[in-house]
Amino acid sequence: MARLSDSTDTTAEDALALPGDGLREGIIDDLRRRIGDAVIDTHIAPNDDLWVRVSTESWRDTAVALKAAGFTFFSFLSGLDWMPSPYGKGEEDPTAEPQEPDTEIRQGVTGGETRFQVFARLVDLDRHVGVTVKADVPDDRPVVDSWSSVFAGANWHERECHEMFGIGFNGHPDLRNMYLPTDFEGYPLRKDFPLLARMIKPWPGIVDVEPMPAQDTAGEGSASDEPAGGES
Amino acid sequence: MTVLSDRQQLSYIASQAADARLNVELETEGMTLNIGPQHPATHGTLRIICRLDGEQVVWAEPSCGYMHRGYEKLTEVRTFPQVTTLVNRIDWLGSFANEVPFILAAEKLMEIEAPPRAQVIRTILFELSRIANVSLFLGDLGVQMGAITPVFLAFRDREYVLNLIEGATGGRFHPNFDRIGGLKDDLPAGWIAETKQVMVKLREFCDIIEDLLFGNEIFQSRMRGIGIIPADVAKDYGLSGANLRASGVDYDLRRDQDIAMAWDKADWKVWTHPDGDSFARCWIRLQETRESCKIVEQLLDQVPAGPIMTKVPRIIKVPEGEAWVSTENPLGEMGYYVVSKGDLGPFRVKIRSASFNNISIVPWALTGVYVPDIITILASLYFILGDIDR
Repeated sequence: MARLSDSTDTTAEDALALPGDGLREGIIDDLRRRIGDAVIDTHIAPNDDLWVRVSTESWRDTAVALKAAGFTFFSFLSGLDWMPSPYGKGEEDPTAEPQEPDTEIRQGVTGGETRFQVFARLVDLDRHVGVTVKADVPDDRPVVDSWSSVFAGANWHERECHEMFGIGFNGHPDLRNMYLPTDFEGYPLRKDFPLLARMIKPWPGIVDVEPMPAQDTAGEGSASDEPAGGES
Repeated sequence: MTVLSDRQQLSYIASQAADARLNVELETEGMTLNIGPQHPATHGTLRIICRLDGEQVVWAEPSCGYMHRGYEKLTEVRTFPQVTTLVNRIDWLGSFANEVPFILAAEKLMEIEAPPRAQVIRTILFELSRIANVSLFLGDLGVQMGAITPVFLAFRDREYVLNLIEGATGGRFHPNFDRIGGLKDDLPAGWIAETKQVMVKLREFCDIIEDLLFGNEIFQSRMRGIGIIPADVAKDYGLSGANLRASGVDYDLRRDQDIAMAWDKADWKVWTHPDGDSFARCWIRLQETRESCKIVEQLLDQVPAGPIMTKVPRIIKVPEGEAWVSTENPLGEMGYYVVSKGDLGPFRVKIRSASFNNISIVPWALTGVYVPDIITILASLYFILGDIDR
């Protein structure tokens, strides 16, 4: 397939008319032309989806560039906390040996260097193609530029993200809480924010540790090897 | 007593009004009007704070969070099959439709696909939940404007659809029927014939509502030209579903994406409306209910034979990866961004619900309108509280 980096604009238009993954590669090349080296990593799931990771500084420029490239529909914006939860998932088998908790931070597709990332999805309604854009959020100062002046719909999504992850948005008009009381402390969707209900009473989990009532008396005679909780 | 001509009467009124303006310095100051959290027009507990100048809204702000249940956090401590129980309750009027995109996202990560029979039944139930959802909207629309009759018709006819959903899934409101790799059960005997009869009733319901509401002069005068949202503003705010199509944007995720469902097996039409006003949004929903009936009727004739579940392990572990799946739900684009780390449960689920975006336009849409129009604009945007707060 012809790459666009060394071609003229007319072939770029041709590539953008390609269906499927050709179209997605064309979009990446187009974005590289618009914002240059700010595109750090890309990922294409064959015949499915497209991810682009951009640098933190060019987070807002990316929105402007993609909007100019036809991605005018704003789908959502949110945050990701890649740190594994220090509290586990609460679904482990309580009778089994406790496992070593996973503490490694792995940033998913298109990689990353920081614990937090912001990600957003834009859709081109004419070409029926969407793109998920990600950017790292600095660990020492979790702030990125606001998209609310590019996409008006980002306003609420950034408020939600600020409330849930504690990520700040430069240039946002009003980062009030949406859901929680004003004096609420902590950021609920961060992985180190404990889910208190689950801490107080562990979830029964996938394994039924308590025998079913019928099994207590079924010990004598025909021992049933049906699992507890199975179909009667 | 002298009889004044129309012209004389008007000039008299005008001179009186001019005197009033000259002689009295009217002190007007802004007034804050609170709508909700308990207001019939809010479908739950949405509170809208409006600052008024006279009878005009100069500033409006919805206040959400009265029904925030934290599903994004809860999904992180559930296994994949358990999540459908939660997402059922996001848009509680069209519950089955909420399960589908999540299950599809999990299936995408596991690289499996439901068998054709399950896909068709999923699509039928999806469209039935759309009919149940939107028929309540159409009935409720009248109540917002003081017409009582349509809502009784809507509740009566929605009951037929809920009975069908209950017959197939066992749950009227929260079916929890979709499984990774297929469906929980097959259709019961006689269900297809009964569904066909109900679809005839629902078409009649649409005709009645069209006569009763959409042909009504009061309805038209309160809806036409009110709350106009241009297409570029709609896209900026991420409006989806009927709200987007009423602004003239021809985009429907049922048609415009390659997805493992059976919409492409039926012949139906995506309706758009050029006006972008309240009337257009309601009219699109009415037409979509008819299209849904059409889809269901066609798919009922071509439910393929075969299994309803593909082979999945008893304990489902979803491979590491990220997937985004969205579908055209009754309220608009509903999508799940699922991140898995290869565990029993998701690492992170971002729930993109339609109403959150649809209602974020309210500050824009209400600025400059008159107080009675607040209710009709809110009604026509159509939101479910659980779908905003999640």
